[in-house]
Amino acid sequence: MIFTQQKSTEEIVKMLEGNKNIFLISCSGCAEVCETGGEKVCILLKEKLQQAGFNIVSCCNVDFMCNKLLVSLKISRYKQKINEADCILVLSCGIGVQSAAMVIEKPVYPANNTLYLGGFQGIWPSMERCAECGDCVLDLTGGICPITNCSKSLLNGPCGGAKNGKCEIDKELDCGWEKIYRRLESIGKLDNLRKLIKIRDYAKMFPKTELRKSIFYDIEK
Amino acid sequence: MKLKELFFKKFVVTSEIGPPKGWQIDKLFLDIKELKNKVDAINVTDNQSSVMRLSSLVVSKLLKDNGFEPVYQITCRDRNRLALQSDILGAAAFGIENLLLLTGDHTKLGDHPQSKPVFDLDSVSLIYTVKQKLEQGLDLAGNKLDGEPPKFCVGAVVSPCADNLDSQLKKMEQKIKVGAEFFQTQAVYDIDKFAKFTEKAKNFGVPVMAGIVILKSVGMAKYMNENVAGVYVPDNLIEELKKDKDKTKSGQTGIEISARLIQQLKPLCQGIHLMPLGWDDKVSEILKKSGI
Repeated sequence: MIFTQQKSTEEIVKMLEGNKNIFLISCSGCAEVCETGGEKVCILLKEKLQQAGFNIVSCCNVDFMCNKLLVSLKISRYKQKINEADCILVLSCGIGVQSAAMVIEKPVYPANNTLYLGGFQGIWPSMERCAECGDCVLDLTGGICPITNCSKSLLNGPCGGAKNGKCEIDKELDCGWEKIYRRLESIGKLDNLRKLIKIRDYAKMFPKTELRKSIFYDIEK
Repeated sequence: MKLKELFFKKFVVTSEIGPPKGWQIDKLFLDIKELKNKVDAINVTDNQSSVMRLSSLVVSKLLKDNGFEPVYQITCRDRNRLALQSDILGAAAFGIENLLLLTGDHTKLGDHPQSKPVFDLDSVSLIYTVKQKLEQGLDLAGNKLDGEPPKFCVGAVVSPCADNLDSQLKKMEQKIKVGAEFFQTQAVYDIDKFAKFTEKAKNFGVPVMAGIVILKSVGMAKYMNENVAGVYVPDNLIEELKKDKDKTKSGQTGIEISARLIQQLKPLCQGIHLMPLGWDDKVSEILKKSGI
């Protein structure tokens, strides 16, 4: 189970600046349990965004967005609507945002911050995709996570260590920032690289002490 | 003396030393004795290539005490934001005026691959910390510093011959935005590529010092082509190294190539940064041959 928290409406509105037509995809897996995904939350967010002046072209729910195949299947029915959209807003954990980015050639924005794992980690576990940093930047990085894709987890662009597009620690490993660059290029958002001056807040990623004090924590032992 | 003041007056020359793996620095000072008054400043690398060595802050201080102008290099690999700020304040207390702020190589590349890579900050956020916070009398968390804020000249690095030049330029722009005042580059061997870079970078209006690494052997050139990011030694230079084995071995070929590169690069940039990688005793001759 992946715990997520919705970004504040102000943050989401600011993040979406410059977009008019928005397509919402909401996850009915872990996110629904956290009340950051699923149908109900999606409708609420849709209304808030409409009040803020955005046009919501359509919404859809996917059972588990960490399953890329499920995302592909579901969105195939919405091709027309997605084409009309300037961007996609995803109500899921960071893995769901990245799986949407992989199957949709549009800028993808995260509505949530991914906080921590509790037990089961989605069903796209073959690679580490989300570090539960609690401060999702996938909107700026084209839906590819710099924290898990860059060996140094750099937030402000590539280091000088990549050779032939590969990471300095392993000649077989793609440079995360090269992937981000290519993706931003393909969705026409290279200018995002000028917006990045991020300093990570590690306090956001530590599990709340309340959780470790809870009775469930003791039972799980 | 802050390096940025020099760019108005002259073509600036810096060299680089790597602190020893040990605490005795007599040999190092012997090697660089000749450089006094020949270079404007000397960079001190910070656990270069992620190999543990004597502290760059300490060696910078020792250089200063011995009449050299140090450029204190700091990477983000080994220290979190508390330690970085604390050491930078230490540099101010020592009267060190020039910093070169980098992200740093990954720990996996060095002699302690088991260690934890820190990267709490990166080059951009570290430059931001120094120029926008410490120099404004604040720490990164916004707390007030006691007394006068420190004042530095902050340099950064860029890789002008990297595969993805646009991505390098964008990061360079970010570094300038947060306060970088000069750039030293990765080693340059391809003048055309460098010219393409400066054509774009000149719009930023920040001085660039072209990097020169002395070619020691054919093997080294080939190794860099295979393994070092942003470094490409063209075939004609490799042929030149191959031609006269004794001359190359004595260092003469490397000296000649470096001097020639400096002459070719000079019209394109505001300074030269030499990285002799232990061949500190060859620097004087290179500078003499190049005519600067």
